[in-house]
Formats: sequence, structure tokens, C-alpha cells
Amino acid sequence: MESVIDIRGLSLSFTRDGETNEVLRGLDLAVPRGAFIAIVGSSGVGKSTLLRVLMGLAAKSAGEVTIATRSGQRQPLALVFQDSRLLPWRSVADNVAFGLEGGGLSKAERRAKAEAALDIVGLKHLAERWPHQLSGGQRQRVSLARALAVEPEVLLMDEPFSALDAITREGLQDELVRIWQVTGKTILFVTHDIEEATYLADRVVVLAGSPGRVVADHVLDAPRPRKRAVAADTGLVAGIRQHIGGETMIDGTGI
Amino acid sequence: MTDTTLTAPARKVAPPATLAAVRRIGLAALGLALFLALWESLPRLGLVNPMLLPTPSVIPAAFWAEIQSGAWASAVRASLGHYTIGLVLGSVLGLVLGIATGMSQLAEDMTSWVVRVLRPIPGLAWVPFAIIWFGVSPSSAVFIIAIGVFWIVFFAAHGAIRGVDRDLIEVADAFGFRSAWERLFKILLPAAMPGILVGVRTALGQAWMAVVAAEIFGVPGLGQRMIQASSLLATEIVVVYMLTMAALYGLLDTLFVAIQGWVLRWKA
Repeated sequence: MESVIDIRGLSLSFTRDGETNEVLRGLDLAVPRGAFIAIVGSSGVGKSTLLRVLMGLAAKSAGEVTIATRSGQRQPLALVFQDSRLLPWRSVADNVAFGLEGGGLSKAERRAKAEAALDIVGLKHLAERWPHQLSGGQRQRVSLARALAVEPEVLLMDEPFSALDAITREGLQDELVRIWQVTGKTILFVTHDIEEATYLADRVVVLAGSPGRVVADHVLDAPRPRKRAVAADTGLVAGIRQHIGGETMIDGTGI
Repeated sequence: MTDTTLTAPARKVAPPATLAAVRRIGLAALGLALFLALWESLPRLGLVNPMLLPTPSVIPAAFWAEIQSGAWASAVRASLGHYTIGLVLGSVLGLVLGIATGMSQLAEDMTSWVVRVLRPIPGLAWVPFAIIWFGVSPSSAVFIIAIGVFWIVFFAAHGAIRGVDRDLIEVADAFGFRSAWERLFKILLPAAMPGILVGVRTALGQAWMAVVAAEIFGVPGLGQRMIQASSLLATEIVVVYMLTMAALYGLLDTLFVAIQGWVLRWKA
């Protein structure tokens, strides 16, 4: 299958106070178009760094990253941060339209695209609100809409639901699966929560070690809609936990 | 204890909000009335020479006379002119340089010692140069006012730009806005606006002080009119202009707070 993102031999290290810290070493990953891939690993293993390299927010030390772009596409990748990072001085609609500015669209066209994106996440009725008037879950939906609005090839999501309460998180997980099915976007979803990864993704890539590298790559073919208990029961979760190694996972399940 | 009646301790019932407000206004009015009464009685009882301290009762007539002669309007117009031009000049320069040094480490390093030398010089210490360069003219007053305003706005803008959350700048990066210009207008300026406006509001008050100081040296305006009146021992006219300044400053500050509230309406 055609890859939208092709990562070969990616390494990254940074030097601070004369001390060199190797974060990722020799990482290979091909992301097929339309896939929903979860990347799991404990904190500090370089999951977020990987997304930052893909976004061009951090510089790699070695390796190659190829990103397929359609012609005329302004932004092939869009990132949803862990904290929503909405701009507090912009209304919800203007936040969603943020990435569309400077792209030659008129204000009305940007507005229409922003409203369409808000409609996808079910928050069109809150378009005129200020961010501080939203709940945590709503803010994260707006952040997702902001990423969808630029019509990216791939959505990169950096632990987007980890700061939410359990009920809101489960709601948003189901919402994300629905959006993925409706839009056909490719999703690269970083999380430290193994249950979340196995519930959402087609494929779970496990990063471990220091420097971080891929230690396992599981394909999940459980039919959708999935039942939460099933994903947790298959033994896969325990298997992944073993791959991650002796590191303590703080996800509240306490297996 | 001879008191044999046992009653429950009197429970203090909080008065309704409107009642509390009325009470507060009443107390404030009472305080003001007592203050005026004391002021009025001191010269009348011969405790203070009436030549040195006018009674409040003579102020309205003095005010009316100043308006009739046209002196009040022309002094206010002149002072407001110096004030506005000085404030705008000082604010714009302070804003531009504050943003430049806030955004660029190079600019900050280059200016750090210059700032350290010039910053502690009090605004009024520039009066000799103001007179040498501009003479006793409105430009001189504008110059003195602008210097005071400049430093306040400069530091406010510098600090506010420096304090912008790096995470928000990263949002601009993630959506492809990476030029200094895009960063400034999409993130830094709106994010720094609360801090900048606090600086401008402080400058608003500071500039009034500079107006009086600059005009006392003879530039036409409120300050000059006060000095003229004082040299004739027309103390009631001095008081008229003191109250005029208080009123103008109060009005401008109220206006500014309203504008600030609108600009920052996105804040929780």
C-alpha cells in the first residue's frame, strides 16, 4: 500500500550543557494512507519527539523522512497537541480558521471551512464562544477541528485525550473513530495508554528503550465498533506491556 | 451579672446587596462632607491664613471666572495637546523598541547597557536639554512627557513579549507561520496585549505628572496657569486647576479602562 509517511533510519539527539542525549535511534516506520496507527511507549521514549520531527518542529540528526503531498496542498500534516493550545484571544471559529490564513482564501471561504470542520466535531453551535468558556473536552474538539480545517493528509495526535476525565475521554475516543471513518484521514496517534491504543488503532507500534526504537508492531483486526472490554481481554495489552519492559506504566489499570 | 434575660446572641444578618451599596455611598459622601467642612472651617476660624488656603466655598466662583475669561479652555486645550502628542510618541517608540528587544536577543544584548545608563535618569532631569533643544515651547513639554511614557511602555512591552507562552508560538510554527512578522501579529502581539495595556495605563497617569512639571517651566497650559495664579497668591485658582487635572485624569483613565475591557474581552 502507498505510504503517506515513510521514515527510515531516523535518529535524533540533542546536546544540552555539553551532555548529548540520544532520544531516537534508527527508527523505521511506514504509514499507509488511511491507516490508524497508535504509537505507545512510556514517557520520555521519544513518542512526542517523533511527531515534532515530522512537523518540522524539531530537527533530526540522521535518517530520512518522506511525506507524500498532493499537489496544491499547503499542509500535509496537522498536529493536535496534548493541551488544546487554543489561542485565547480568538473565538472558537477564528481558532479553527487559524491554519487557513495566508493561504489565499477569502475571509468568507475560511469561515465556511472552519464551520464545516466544527460541524465534524459537533461544535458548530459554539462558533462564537471564547476558548475560556469551553470545557476541557470541548477545547480538545476545537483543537481537532483546527487540525481538520487545513485538510491535512495525516492527523498527528500527541496524547490528545490524556488530560481529560475518563468519561469525556471515552466519548472523544468514539468520536475520533467516527471522524476517522467519515473523513478517511490517516491518523498517527501517540499515547502512553495501551488500552486506548488497542481500542482505537488498526496497528499499534511500540517504542521502548533509551534511545527509543520500535520494539513491536501489532496489527489489530478486531471488527468495529469495538467493545472496550474485548480489546483489553485479548492478551494483547499484557503483551504490549511486556514489550515496553520493566518501566512502570501509569494508566490507572494496575494490571 | 444582673442581666437575667437570656437571649440568643444577636445574629448578624447580612444586609441585602443594594442596602450595603447605599450604605457605602452614604459613608463616602459623609466623609467628603466632613473633609470639606474641616477645610472650610480652618481659614474661617482663623487657624490658617485665608491668603494661603482658600475655602472650598470660593472655588465654584473662581472656576466660573476662569471659564468666562477663556483661560480655562485654552489651558486645558494646550495641556491636552501636549499630553496626547507626548503620550502617543512615547508609547509608539516604547512599543516598537520593547517589541524589538523582546523578540530579538541581539537587539536586547545591544541595548542592555544603553538602557542601564539612560533608564535611571529622571524625566525631569531632561528639562535643561529640552529647553536648549526646543526652547520654552510646546515641543519641550512633549519631549519631557514622551520620555517618561517611553520607559514605562518600553519595559511593559519588552516584558510582555518575553513572557508569551512558548507553547503558543509553537502553534504558529505547527501551522506554518514561521516568519518573525507572522509570529508577531498572529501570536506575540495579541498574547502580550494585556501586559502592554497595563503599561500604557500606568503611562497615562505618569504623563499627567509630566504635563504639570513641563508646563511649570513656562510652556502654556494648566501648569503654567497654576504658577501664574500662585505668584499672584490667587490660591483659589490654583485649586481650580488641581481639581481640573484630577477630573481630566479620572475621565481619561475611565475611558481607557473601558477600551481596555473591550480589547481584552476574550479574557476570563
